[in-house]
Amino acid sequence: MNLRNANTRFSVILLCLLGLAGQSAFCKPAASIPAADLIQPEDLAALLQKPGVPKPLILQVGFRKLYAQAHIPDAEYVAAGEDDEGLKVLRERVAKLPKDSSIVIYCGCCPWSKCPNIAAAYDELHGLGFTRLKVLYVEKDFGTNWVDKGYPTNVGS
Amino acid sequence: MRVRWRSIVMIGAAALYCWGRGAAAELGAAAPDFERADLSGNRIQLSEYHGKLVLLNFWASWCSPCLREMPRLSAWQRKYGAAGLQVLGISMDDDAAPVRRLLSRHPLAYPVLMGDAKLGEEFGGVLGLPCSILIDAQGRIVARYQGESDLTEIEARIKALLPGGHG
Repeated sequence: MNLRNANTRFSVILLCLLGLAGQSAFCKPAASIPAADLIQPEDLAALLQKPGVPKPLILQVGFRKLYAQAHIPDAEYVAAGEDDEGLKVLRERVAKLPKDSSIVIYCGCCPWSKCPNIAAAYDELHGLGFTRLKVLYVEKDFGTNWVDKGYPTNVGS
Repeated sequence: MRVRWRSIVMIGAAALYCWGRGAAAELGAAAPDFERADLSGNRIQLSEYHGKLVLLNFWASWCSPCLREMPRLSAWQRKYGAAGLQVLGISMDDDAAPVRRLLSRHPLAYPVLMGDAKLGEEFGGVLGLPCSILIDAQGRIVARYQGESDLTEIEARIKALLPGGHG
């Protein structure tokens, strides 16, 4: 590797920065979430359209500009799960809920394997003792795996 | 019956939204104009790049696939800028502070401005990152790259479309 090349130097520095950031945001991959706690988009969409069935509380833990453009109907924007501030907002939102509340969290900011938010949010809620917690599996992003599939979508913040 | 009507309305709204999203981002359509100040305070207006090949790159400081591709975009700006390429970075971070911090350590060879939901919607919805949109010298959207994309393929497309020629 020729480190004298400006492009290479920039890449190496940026990757180092990513490595540092990884200690907080990127170290917990979405793959750490147990498969049993995942819900597929088609299953959630069907559940939301099923008459007479209690709906879960749906929390978006990604970025606000994504939520403002498109979100699951009745989903609430909480905050990005990638940092302590976002997790604090999440804790406050669920503080008064019974531990057996049905909750679905989702992000969809970027590919599942690269999402910095979802595993941290899952760990937080799991650690608080929520027993009916599901995570929406968004393989590529919210646009591709939810909106483009024609599933129910609202806009606006 | 009430519940059924609700389902019909929800499905209709979703269909309309998808239709709107597709129509706005349709390949071959004129790119919507916008004006913003970049992080250095310079005014950026998309229509003023008419005659250049523009690569709009939506990204965020916490998005690892975005950060991985940015050095390549910066290299393209240096390599193909004289032949008519203009890369514009649009951060979808909630605020500018982390973006400024990142760029102060690792400056890019192209301007970066803060995006918002409205700008995302105008480009068909930026509902996942990274997302890059290629706009030709006539101001038409010619390609959209959603998610982790093949940068070699994007570069080949750029070279083929450069107004100053580079193929």
